[in-house]
Amino acid sequence: MRTLSPAVKARYFRRQAADLIMSGLCIVAAIIGIIMLALILWMLFSKGLTGLSLDVFTKSMSSTGTGGGLANAIVGSLIQVGIGSMIGAPLGMMVGVYLSEVGKTSPFASVVRFVNDILLSAPSVLIGLFVYQIAVSPFGGFSGIAGALALALLAMPVVARTTEDILRLVPQAYRDGAIALGSRENEVVRKVILPAAFGGILTGILLAVARIAGETAPLIFTSLGNSNWSTDLTKPMASLPIAIYRYAGSPSADLVQLAWTGALLITVGVLLLNVVSRVSLAAVKRGQS
Amino acid sequence: MLNQLTKSVGRVVRAAAIAAVIGGGIAAASAQDITGACATFPGPIYTKWGEQYKATGAGALNYQAVGSGAGVTQIINRTVDFGASDTPVASERLASNNLLQFPAVIGAVVVVVNIPGVDGANLKLNGAVIADIYQGRIRMWNAKEIKDLNPGVTLPAVAIAPAYRADSSGTTNIFTSYLASVSLPFQTNVGAGNSVPWKTGVGAPGNAGVAAAVKNTKGGIGYVEYAYATENGMQAPMLENRAKKFVKPTVAGFNAAASQANWNNAPNMAASMLNMSGDTTWPIVSATYVLVPKNPSDPVRAANVLKFFDWAFKSGGPAADQLHYIALPKAVQDQVRKKWTTISANGQPVWK
Amino acid sequence: METTAAKSLIGTRKPHLGDTTFHISLYVAGAIVVVVLASILLIMFLGGRQAFETFGVGFIWSTEWNAVTSIYGALPAITGTLITALLAICIAWPIGFGIAFFLTEICPRALRAPLGIAIELLAAIPSIVYGMWGFFVLAPFMAETVQPWLTEVFAWIPPLGDSFFWFSAPPLGVGLMTASLVLAVMILPFIAATTRDVMLSTPQLLKDGAYAMGATRWETLTGVVIPAVRGSLFGAVFLGLGRALGETMAVVFVIGNATRMPDSLYAPSASIASVVANNFPEAETGSIQLAALLGLGFILFVVSFGVLALARLLLRQERMA
Repeated sequence: MRTLSPAVKARYFRRQAADLIMSGLCIVAAIIGIIMLALILWMLFSKGLTGLSLDVFTKSMSSTGTGGGLANAIVGSLIQVGIGSMIGAPLGMMVGVYLSEVGKTSPFASVVRFVNDILLSAPSVLIGLFVYQIAVSPFGGFSGIAGALALALLAMPVVARTTEDILRLVPQAYRDGAIALGSRENEVVRKVILPAAFGGILTGILLAVARIAGETAPLIFTSLGNSNWSTDLTKPMASLPIAIYRYAGSPSADLVQLAWTGALLITVGVLLLNVVSRVSLAAVKRGQS
Repeated sequence: MLNQLTKSVGRVVRAAAIAAVIGGGIAAASAQDITGACATFPGPIYTKWGEQYKATGAGALNYQAVGSGAGVTQIINRTVDFGASDTPVASERLASNNLLQFPAVIGAVVVVVNIPGVDGANLKLNGAVIADIYQGRIRMWNAKEIKDLNPGVTLPAVAIAPAYRADSSGTTNIFTSYLASVSLPFQTNVGAGNSVPWKTGVGAPGNAGVAAAVKNTKGGIGYVEYAYATENGMQAPMLENRAKKFVKPTVAGFNAAASQANWNNAPNMAASMLNMSGDTTWPIVSATYVLVPKNPSDPVRAANVLKFFDWAFKSGGPAADQLHYIALPKAVQDQVRKKWTTISANGQPVWK
Repeated sequence: METTAAKSLIGTRKPHLGDTTFHISLYVAGAIVVVVLASILLIMFLGGRQAFETFGVGFIWSTEWNAVTSIYGALPAITGTLITALLAICIAWPIGFGIAFFLTEICPRALRAPLGIAIELLAAIPSIVYGMWGFFVLAPFMAETVQPWLTEVFAWIPPLGDSFFWFSAPPLGVGLMTASLVLAVMILPFIAATTRDVMLSTPQLLKDGAYAMGATRWETLTGVVIPAVRGSLFGAVFLGLGRALGETMAVVFVIGNATRMPDSLYAPSASIASVVANNFPEAETGSIQLAALLGLGFILFVVSFGVLALARLLLRQERMA
């Protein structure tokens, strides 16, 4: 066996050392990052759980700053997120179908795809301003429906994006086969493509719901918040994120506690939605390949 | 898929219909509800009144303490049933937006501090020193100017951390109007208004936010409505009043200021109570105002707002006492009710 | 997508009502996306026009934001926005990159998927939670520990010694640095997840080739992976930047809400989003203040549009994130 020259050996050690150092730094970075995030979650749970009681779900805000609960905020959030998804999800689905099945690489489709990607990460505070200008100011009042509209605009691009991605996973042979059997284009989409991708699209909708459930900034300008129980869509409506925002800045210990509990509830809800959708997405992708 | 889709759409529609029916039922039951976007200064008393009013079987009050500026804007835009502002709105603006303004309750602004090792409640301050603190001219708690006011008190070498309202607010207006009236440099450098260009310090949202900021910062100083200070056990120093006496913030001191207000000659019932004379008078006292449309589009809701305040004038006194506000003098209440008769919808007076 | 024989067959068919309505409705949906973006831009611009007309270019360059005299300049808010977002990226990117490299090459295979999912889940936590953490945990820590320590350590350097200037004693805890840290923690999982996806998109064949030639993991990364996906890696950074620029709730709690030029990294400041969130509910219809706020919104929109467009162009090849 040939012996290696010292120069080659030295270079080998330099390379190994560089690898070790950089890998080590990356591991350290990963540890720092993960510990940091774990600390935040731990704090959220420890502070949020102490305030968790039945009152949180059954009572609305109390005027005196002691006691009270989040019932109105939870229901308000459910209503606004529900209606927001009901408007945003079908629209987003149609955009996704357009991009994947009709527009494809046409110039207009490229523009739509690009714009949708921008909307996907556009500052949500601007969506709130926009909806205030078109749906609050002209109609003379903050309202739950304006909040739902703002959330719909945030949900739409998420659903559009996932729908397109999922439809692209549907094998081309499905389309060719359906057309060969004499199906119309709308039938191909409705009876073949969408059923094949149903699980994946549902996942996208769940992700969109998770995204809009935690949005605060757009609701400040649209549904305002409400200290009482209200399910009237034409009036200001409470929501969990706004309740958290208002209570967290309060000097009353009880309200701050309520803000932590609210933050815990919303985080757990959002994470659960994410887990469910990811698990089902994985199943869908396995089924496709 | 289509079948699946129609089925699920059908489910959604049914669910929505059910929700609408339930929602409608609740909405009908609460047709007397009123919404106010208001100043945060009267926040505690309005919410308290709202709760007691609801307990009498009347409608609920949805009160969002968003700041005076917002209170005025929202009522001008007619996005709420009534607005509230801690500072009187200019006559021209009231006229051009067809608004009626009336005082609802009287309150005081106090300074709150958080100085390690010092009993803030027995600290003595005056307007000029506070104005210098908020201009960044006095930066340490052991500065000579503060020591001179507090002989015998050991002040720590802690930096002063001023906090102010980040949102536009009447509390800021009252506070800065007072500072501008006692300090010329403050008037020229900062000025008085709902939101002013502060030279130093941090902004926190709402009375509650300022109270929290002072509580959480060593060396903090802030200004809040008195109820926030007492509710949260904060230390409010003594202030020097016009008669050169140091006074503690007490309801008697606020009353002394209120009793000197000249209600009869004030346009739009905006009587000033800042820096009034008298040995016991607290220098920063003001009424908070309610704004309602003179030509409401919905007479029922407009009447509900007036009914609420009528109830508050009649029965809200104890709650006001409890939260350290001052109810309007009886004569002023009657003046307000007389003003209400000028509100009309479609030619019909709303208040009879 | 490829034109298939079947596809060209469709073209020869007669127009069909079902297909026509189907097509039209899909085109309308696509158009809505474009219309929404265009109308946001238009509404911001029209609303802010009064401010641009009144203050001219000075609106962008003026440092004065004074509601008493009704003079509005956007520079303090723009400065605060850019400093916090850039600083956040500078802090979050190296860590996020490290996490991504760890997850793709170093981490034991069994842990890769669960850790990857955990990171993605963290990216989904609502930003207000990060804001609360910043307000209740980080800000007091900065005020009680970090800032006094900095002031002490740098006290002997003459220009820095005037700690009031450089380290903003009083130690307020809130300010540019705290806001940047909160933003960094918020975008960290997002950047890590995106960067990981980008790294994973490198063809395994290329990496295997490098390893087969005896390259170390780090050499494979710098020599093969990074050159292959350089554009997308930058895209991931810009996507994170776009998120940091427009973030409202994580910032409004901890930036200190002072619309004046900051004199140190620890001074309270304001971002466009925080100024809008604090002042918009009060701005009166038709007032110059409302125009100034919508003008700020317009600036934010243009800046984030530029950053996001760049990000998307860079990511377009792989169409990540």
